[in-house]
Amino acid sequence: MSMKWDDTGYKNPLARARGLGAAGGAVENWIKLRVTAIANALLAVWFIYFLHKAVGAGHAEFVALLSEPVHAIAMILFILSVFTHAALGCREIVEDYFHHEGLKIAKLVGIYLFFTAAGIACVFSVLKIAL
Amino acid sequence: MSETSPQKMKRPLSPHLQIYKPQLTAITSILHRATGYAMSIGLVLFVWWLVAAASGPLAYATFIGFCASGIGMLLLFGWTIAFYYHLANGIRHLIWDSGKLLTIKSAYKAGYFVLAFTAVATAVSWICILKG
Repeated sequence: MSMKWDDTGYKNPLARARGLGAAGGAVENWIKLRVTAIANALLAVWFIYFLHKAVGAGHAEFVALLSEPVHAIAMILFILSVFTHAALGCREIVEDYFHHEGLKIAKLVGIYLFFTAAGIACVFSVLKIAL
Repeated sequence: MSETSPQKMKRPLSPHLQIYKPQLTAITSILHRATGYAMSIGLVLFVWWLVAAASGPLAYATFIGFCASGIGMLLLFGWTIAFYYHLANGIRHLIWDSGKLLTIKSAYKAGYFVLAFTAVATAVSWICILKG
């Protein structure tokens, strides 16, 4: 089997490895998972406060509450952070436990499509309510 | 390879999970994944909530009706436990990532703290919800 660096024998081992292998791509997702975790933890404080206000509210009250710019902005940030975190977390679980390559890829595609669609539906809903 | 593989299948396997005594560190680790995964599926409820609110009073009333039902309350109660557990244990993981609390003793201490926090926060939240 020919490798892609066959014709670049003068490169040192690090230059060959950079960007390849499990860690080459995974380290970016590892950092993203932590950054969104910090964002989630901070926004969770707001989310608990928001739920405290929203529980028991009728439709009109809820719409009025979410229309407040601070809440609308926080909700959109929360959606983006939570859905990114959930997609990356599910991806990690699938990568760890599903060893059949075809099934794994199908699951990863499904995760990407689901969280993208669901996240956009949520952001659109907040914008429709708040604007 | 192909003629040895049927025999390979029958070979005894080394002991796996079922032989080990459950330990707090292992349990909290798998619960972190389980709660994260459960909440990811539970996001369907979150999507329904916001889309229903954007759709109008009728759709929102349907959603609230589901939440007030027995199964809805059960799901939301599970959501609350998973939310507080994953939040607290996630912070425990972030502390570990920074290189702190890595001794067995402090890992256990933080583990018990996470479980206690989850129980107290869930109880307080639901007392607030049920008392209106």
